[in-house]
Amino acid sequence: MKTTNAKTMHPLLRKIGPLLGCIVFYIVIMLLRRADIINGYYMQVMLFAGVNVLMTASLNLVNGFTGQFCIGHAGFMSLGAYGAAVITTMVFKSNSIPEAAQIPVFLLGLLCGGIVAAIVGILIGIPSLKLKGDYLAIVTLAFGEIVRALLRLIQPIGGARGMIGIPNYANFFWIMFFVVLTLWLLRNLIYSPYGRAFIAIRDNEIAADAMGINTTKYKIMSFCIAAFIAGVAGGLYAHVLSFIQPDSFGFTKSADYLVYLYAGGSGSLTGSVVGAVLLTILPEVLRFLATWRLVLYAIILIAVMLYRSEGLIGGKEVPFLRIKRSSLYEKPWVGRKKNDMSAE
Amino acid sequence: MKKFLRILCLALGVILAVSVCACGSSEKEGSVETIKIGLAFPMSGMAAMAGKYSTHGADVLKEELGGKITVGDKEYPIEFVVMDTEGLEEKTANVYQKLIEEEKVIAIAGPDSSKCMLAAAPIAQNAKCPAITSFGTNTAVTEVGDYIFRACFIDPFQGAVAAAYCDEQGHKTACIMFNNADAYSVGLKDAFIENYKGEVLAIEEYSGSDVKDYNVQLTKLAAQNPDVLLLPNLNVELGLQIQQARTAGLNCQIVCGDSADTPDVAKVAGPAIEGVAYVSAFSAESTDEAAKKFVDAYVKLYPDELPNSNAELTYEAAKMIVWAIQNAKTLDRAGVRDALASIDGLELPSGKMTMDPETRNPIKGGIIMQYDADGVTHFVSTVNP
Repeated sequence: MKTTNAKTMHPLLRKIGPLLGCIVFYIVIMLLRRADIINGYYMQVMLFAGVNVLMTASLNLVNGFTGQFCIGHAGFMSLGAYGAAVITTMVFKSNSIPEAAQIPVFLLGLLCGGIVAAIVGILIGIPSLKLKGDYLAIVTLAFGEIVRALLRLIQPIGGARGMIGIPNYANFFWIMFFVVLTLWLLRNLIYSPYGRAFIAIRDNEIAADAMGINTTKYKIMSFCIAAFIAGVAGGLYAHVLSFIQPDSFGFTKSADYLVYLYAGGSGSLTGSVVGAVLLTILPEVLRFLATWRLVLYAIILIAVMLYRSEGLIGGKEVPFLRIKRSSLYEKPWVGRKKNDMSAE
Repeated sequence: MKKFLRILCLALGVILAVSVCACGSSEKEGSVETIKIGLAFPMSGMAAMAGKYSTHGADVLKEELGGKITVGDKEYPIEFVVMDTEGLEEKTANVYQKLIEEEKVIAIAGPDSSKCMLAAAPIAQNAKCPAITSFGTNTAVTEVGDYIFRACFIDPFQGAVAAAYCDEQGHKTACIMFNNADAYSVGLKDAFIENYKGEVLAIEEYSGSDVKDYNVQLTKLAAQNPDVLLLPNLNVELGLQIQQARTAGLNCQIVCGDSADTPDVAKVAGPAIEGVAYVSAFSAESTDEAAKKFVDAYVKLYPDELPNSNAELTYEAAKMIVWAIQNAKTLDRAGVRDALASIDGLELPSGKMTMDPETRNPIKGGIIMQYDADGVTHFVSTVNP
């Protein structure tokens, strides 16, 4: 695997280079927006792409790095969306607070949304992650449906009709801010001893247990962090669309994120970004095909899975998301068979 | 592997190039003053069937216009830009942005569901582009702003249609049994009482769909011996209610809202269903002149199917936009909006339509349908309250 890029790069550049790149990217986008080369339509697709990156990256932490299988991720998204929307539209009425207070209220809402999702994540993680095997898949599937059914019943937040009039605070800056922050935090987390523990559990849970890793603790930790990020992403989603209703966070949405994850490449943060961005944009690009576009979209997905079963970027990372011992991540889909762990 | 990637990249590149070309050419057409109307409907996904009928309804209008629209004494080419919402909120929001920002449409018809419209309406409102939802019955939709209109009537309005029908039929006294836990039921009941010219003898209530025994209420109502019984309730409740009403001795006319328009109601009620009338938005059997014309044109285009409410309401929404373009003071979005709000007595398949400029809800006729002994529905009359 070519790691020369990362090794030859100046340490300082390696550290702040990506951040500079993000700032430049942001400025370029905003300039193009001002010049009206990028219109509101492109802008909105980019906002949804950003939310999807957050969702896919958080799902990656559970499915790709810890080797568990969560298929109700949209459930956490809905908790976060409702949590944040309740703060910004009901607790603090958006039109009655001064402009300066809007951003703190928005951030508070996102935090609350994330915390609600994380707490629920711990609650359903404890019983289901104590066991080895696919229990989490079944529990999260049921969880997604339960959340949807419960949200439909709660009348003060709109019930089945949904919540309207959520202020659209989530502009490009905030989406980009949270995407960069999340990717940076996830990279460092995976680089840390905690992350190594997650990967050890993914590669061989019994061996990890034998090495003294408290597998239950680490699995719940990974699940809880992922739920928190999904909650924040849900909050952002609510403030992009300014309307949410329980049924939009159904199983199909969870399945969408699974598709983004595995098409991009599980076990790779770069893969999550590429998968989510590409597959958000692709159906929009294909619009000129009218009804045929979803057929072509599906064919492209099948082709990717047939010829690159590890996903588009499976097992690889761009330099600034890669940790030094990159061989750990070389081929997660055959992780168990790897015997060159100490190659570098 | 590498070869495959190369092919994939090439394919994606070609697609991008073609789409860019497609965008370019549509802009050129825009420069010869084509008037564009956006149609946002679910062409795929769970609601694809509704979307199919909707676009077919719009096709009838397209055929009628023949690609041209006369505004004043000038003739413009007209184009309907159809886009797929997949029945999803985010996709609808994207479609709205694309129609408004890229296609530069003058107005948008659709989508058909309230939830998609609620996600898209703020975008249309911010961009000041008039939009008409065909089937979004939620009252909150048009409350988003003054650029958001509705082609269908809202639920409570059915109460007014029912009241007008009862008056027309010469029913002097009425009784009502309604579900006090449901907004649909309460809305219909209130609108009925407000508009009914006869006398409401008694009102009984119950709460929730889990009630299965209505005998106490129905026996009390039977003692009043009314001319008509209004049951503005949900479809899961209606079957039992109709059956029990007949058993309790209420042999008068029974009138329901559009929730009675499901086969289950007739199945549960059994033979008791005979003669039960309900309010509906549209019927292909309608004898109204404009309706017949529409149905004939539709069947000519699509010989294998009959238009349903989706098709008819989309036709009406698009027709309203066309009328508004022709009658706008200025040929832009604001002009079309003002014209839409001023619609008064426009002939549409479901009857004469007037737009309420305050709420942007249509004031128009409804259809009364009636069940026969076999549980088959038949058109009775068009009612203009």
